[in-house]
Amino acid sequence: MTTAYVEPAFGGNGEHPAAPSPEGAGEPNYSLTPKVTAQGVPEGDLLEVSMGPQHPSTHGVFRMDVALDGERVVKLKPVFGYLHRNHEKIGENTTYLGSMPYTDRLDYFCSLTNNWAYALAVEKLAGLQVPERAEYIRVITAELTRLQNHTCLGGFLLQDMGASGTPLMYAFRERETILDLFESLTGARMMCNYMRFGGCRCDLPPGWLEEARDAVERFPRFLDEFERLLNENEILMARTQGIGVLPRSLAINASVTGPMVRASGVNYDIRKVDKYGIYDRFDFRVPLGEHGDVYDRYMVRILEMRESVNILQQALRDIPAGPIVDPKVKLRGFRPKAGEAYGRLEAPKGELGFYLISDGSPNPYRYRVRPPSLINLTILEDMCLGHIVADVVVILGSVDIVMGEVDR
Amino acid sequence: MLESLEQIKSRLESAIPGVGAEIIANSAPSAQVSLLVDNRHALAVAKFLRDDRALRLDYASNVTAVDWLDSVTKETVKTKKLIDGVEREIEQTTEKTRAGFLEVVYHLYSMELKHGPVILRLRTVNRSDQTHVPSLTPVWRGAEFQEREAYDLYGIVFDGHPDLRRILMWDGYADFPMRKDYVEPDDYEYEPTPHDEVVEKAARHYGTEAKE
Repeated sequence: MTTAYVEPAFGGNGEHPAAPSPEGAGEPNYSLTPKVTAQGVPEGDLLEVSMGPQHPSTHGVFRMDVALDGERVVKLKPVFGYLHRNHEKIGENTTYLGSMPYTDRLDYFCSLTNNWAYALAVEKLAGLQVPERAEYIRVITAELTRLQNHTCLGGFLLQDMGASGTPLMYAFRERETILDLFESLTGARMMCNYMRFGGCRCDLPPGWLEEARDAVERFPRFLDEFERLLNENEILMARTQGIGVLPRSLAINASVTGPMVRASGVNYDIRKVDKYGIYDRFDFRVPLGEHGDVYDRYMVRILEMRESVNILQQALRDIPAGPIVDPKVKLRGFRPKAGEAYGRLEAPKGELGFYLISDGSPNPYRYRVRPPSLINLTILEDMCLGHIVADVVVILGSVDIVMGEVDR
Repeated sequence: MLESLEQIKSRLESAIPGVGAEIIANSAPSAQVSLLVDNRHALAVAKFLRDDRALRLDYASNVTAVDWLDSVTKETVKTKKLIDGVEREIEQTTEKTRAGFLEVVYHLYSMELKHGPVILRLRTVNRSDQTHVPSLTPVWRGAEFQEREAYDLYGIVFDGHPDLRRILMWDGYADFPMRKDYVEPDDYEYEPTPHDEVVEKAARHYGTEAKE
């Protein structure tokens, strides 16, 4: 970024020009020609700002080292590790089942999809089958998770733009009904620890399906309200359209996944590509963006929620009776044969994958989490260059990160 | 449909002369076999996999590392031999030692053709002083942070990486915590109600003289 350089009002040493120099003689101690480096960047005029780690807009303990030319971003380097607890090492030192509750703490908004991704990888590693009813429960819980993640993201994004309170509180009100459903099903609102290898932990409590149907039936009304409030809001449009554009080719090359890559117009949804679980039975569409800017990322998520409601209605209608876990699967003393497997699914934030290597012992030899939030941040600098520092906050908000998953 | 790894390997060998490729078996039911490539040709192989019309593996989904320690495998072979005119069965045990190494694993998919995964592996010479592999970040930008993580936690040096720094641990940290032989630092703190583990830690912390 080399924009036209305005002549400085003050000298390079920061003194007021009118002040007499110590050498006296009344000579002004500043030069009128600014010093410029070989790259054409004005020397000594870049302001380095350390945004975070304790900053309300960074969604956790995340830091960005930003170099600013005026208000324009010239350089941005994300700094990680404030929440690092070496999740993967802990996974290697505990049993396969022992890691299940710990996956809740990765992306703590979406514990049920984390559970499912881990169960999926283990099922691939050990060749386990999942009963039909459990597959339906998994789809229902995963889509509910997607709904509450995307509503929250909508609220947080608007909060980052300065729309303090209202959208976020509306979103949290809706999230509450979904968390109530999780609580009555799993016993916990956020740390659900619900999936097991070859099924789920417990069956649906009586009356749960009716409650879920009610919540899903009500949800489109909230979406209508949310969209009426925001979609054509002048401030939202001014702050998001044409901001943080991510070109299609860069998005693919940088392994960006989830709503981020679909907002750039890439039709890649793992629910459609891999058809894991029973996603081939549902009729739903994949919303795509055109411009790849922040507005498209917001809109793709809104449209995805409508499709999730669609999937939920079908799943809640078709769910069969039957067992919820394969009785042949040993939970304690579970030792898969030596080998490796990579399992992945479409988490609300992107592709969540687990890579496991077994050496035949009760602990995995290698336990790796492929975190979508961290990898989606690879192109944060590319999206922010040339924008003003206030837009950095909005662009970061549209990436949708959770530090529990970024730092692990 | 994605062609089999054998087909990819044979096409690779004809496209890049002198490439050392080997298929690593996987006995798990997932049957995800992988392709081990020599370091000298790794970048050319990556470019081939990305740009080939039938493969178009444009998306490096997962990049990670594995630490393999020195290992000893015992093989017993039963042979029949004539000893003093009587045929007897003799067991012969041979020990194979495999020197440890660090391994980088790439899970590649295609966003354009929607297939995958093709699993690519690179290996370092050993675990101590020759821990270099070529970086594939110039081919797939998505490997940038993940290779940094492998450098940070395993100590694998990626030649040609644009910005190889520690990512999760802090600068100046000496060890590589994900290695199998990593020893945790002595972070003993006094506890008023020590239990077994803490007592052990305390003994290690103060040394044997201060024990009484």
